[in-house]
Amino acid sequence: MPKLHELAHCRAGDKGDTSILSLIAYRPEDYPLLAQRVTIEAVKRHLRGIVEGEVRRYELPELWALQFVCEHSLGGGVTTSLGLDAHGKSLSYALLEMVV
Amino acid sequence: MPKTPLRIGTGAAFSGDRIDPALVLADQGELDFHVFECLAERTIALAQLRKRKDSSKGYDPLFERRMEGLLPLLGKRRFRIVTNMGAANPEAAADVLIAIARRLRVPLKVAVVHGDDVLDRIDLDSPTMETGNPIAEAGSLVSANAYLGAEALLPALASNADVIISGRVADPSLFLGPMVHHYGWALDDFDRLARGTAVGHLLECAGQLCGGYFAEPARKDVPDMAHLGFPFADVDAEGNAVLGKVSGTGGRINLATAKEQLLYEVIDPHGYVTPDVIANFATVRLKETAPDRVAIDGAGGRPRPAKLKVSVGYLAGYIGEGEIGYAGVNALARARLAGDIVRERLGAAFPKLRIDLIGSTSLHGRSFDTEERPYEVRLRVAGRAATAEQAMTIGEEVEALYTNGPGGGGGTRKYVHEQIGIVSTLIDRERVTTRITFKEWNGHAEAA
Repeated sequence: MPKLHELAHCRAGDKGDTSILSLIAYRPEDYPLLAQRVTIEAVKRHLRGIVEGEVRRYELPELWALQFVCEHSLGGGVTTSLGLDAHGKSLSYALLEMVV
Repeated sequence: MPKTPLRIGTGAAFSGDRIDPALVLADQGELDFHVFECLAERTIALAQLRKRKDSSKGYDPLFERRMEGLLPLLGKRRFRIVTNMGAANPEAAADVLIAIARRLRVPLKVAVVHGDDVLDRIDLDSPTMETGNPIAEAGSLVSANAYLGAEALLPALASNADVIISGRVADPSLFLGPMVHHYGWALDDFDRLARGTAVGHLLECAGQLCGGYFAEPARKDVPDMAHLGFPFADVDAEGNAVLGKVSGTGGRINLATAKEQLLYEVIDPHGYVTPDVIANFATVRLKETAPDRVAIDGAGGRPRPAKLKVSVGYLAGYIGEGEIGYAGVNALARARLAGDIVRERLGAAFPKLRIDLIGSTSLHGRSFDTEERPYEVRLRVAGRAATAEQAMTIGEEVEALYTNGPGGGGGTRKYVHEQIGIVSTLIDRERVTTRITFKEWNGHAEAA
């Protein structure tokens, strides 16, 4: 059972209290597996306790990528969060811990 | 026919970015335009606070250092600079720049873009985009800046100014402006504007296109990161481009780095909203054409939004923090005990106290690795307070663990930070009027 880390790379971005996680397959042949397994429900389950709001998923086959837009995930937002990583810059590596 | 391609480089991804890669790009990049994007969400509100204390301040803190390095190169090369380093006070930045030009004896004309500051005209009853509640509920406002688009830069670009200084301009618009000016694109040519916006979006975070915020040993290796190069784009008349960096600089540009940056902070890949256009990035095609060269085309555009986004800064009190470290046998248990002690003592005054175990669960709230037992761990306690004095009590409580807490606690630190909160709202375009002023030093001796 591989971790996502073996199949894909990820970058985390932020807008207010929303964390935006890209998930990009290294190889195009792995994109269908990501699209099938890394569902909104799977991401919510994996990131429980971090992602407190709704999650939207965009499929981007041209880029071999999925984009996850996770609301209420940054402790109220960059500017008032009590967390050390207020931007959620490190959340990319939390997503890559997911086993698929 | 305008020169093709147009080469645009990035000199900064944020206010605190490295300066030397921007100078390498200025010197060796054969640039037409050098763009410095230095305003994160909060930056302009913090600048506004500095301006309140000293009316000659409020521009980028590294502005002088950047410009002292750039002006001698500007005298030798033929590029122009576009930057939002004016922050809350573009006029003062221009004054400082003219003084540097005179001192370094580099003749210089500066254009200043005004109009983003809308603190005196926002509707306090208008809803925030975050919660829908009126802006007035945010409390004490310190700044309100509309995101200007490429259009606001055009009169300055049409002049012969060497440096164009603005406050808040949408990040990709700083790059799109020079393209629109150079190729004469119409402001309703939304496909070209979208392609140019995609290029601007890829460039705006500088090192992040070249392997910064990307590298991972063995999995995603990036060479010579200590000398990471900043990127440029060769943009053609259609808005398609080839991304690259100066040879000999560190870093790497490839499909993987470009894809990560294309999707970075994009809330809707089918509709990336700027003041200029709504761009579809889902149709973007990227292709490696040579080492450290990636070609981009394929973005599509829809008409620009009717209103402009406004970023509003408000005073959000203070955060106090304290830290202490534990190591060796049972380090985690001793750190947890220390956290429990502080929570018991401060819980009444700080109901939302945050307790982190750095080295274990501070970043994600838990560990995804069940086996991990850190050799050392650092307790961090943080809480929000209305005053700096109250915020300081958190660090003081943690510091008192030296003599009152678990065994072997060492290396305490305490911090207090003033907090600026940000909310967003929308404003009618008609309520935002922009204008340009100029300042110049022509290289002649001053009149007595």
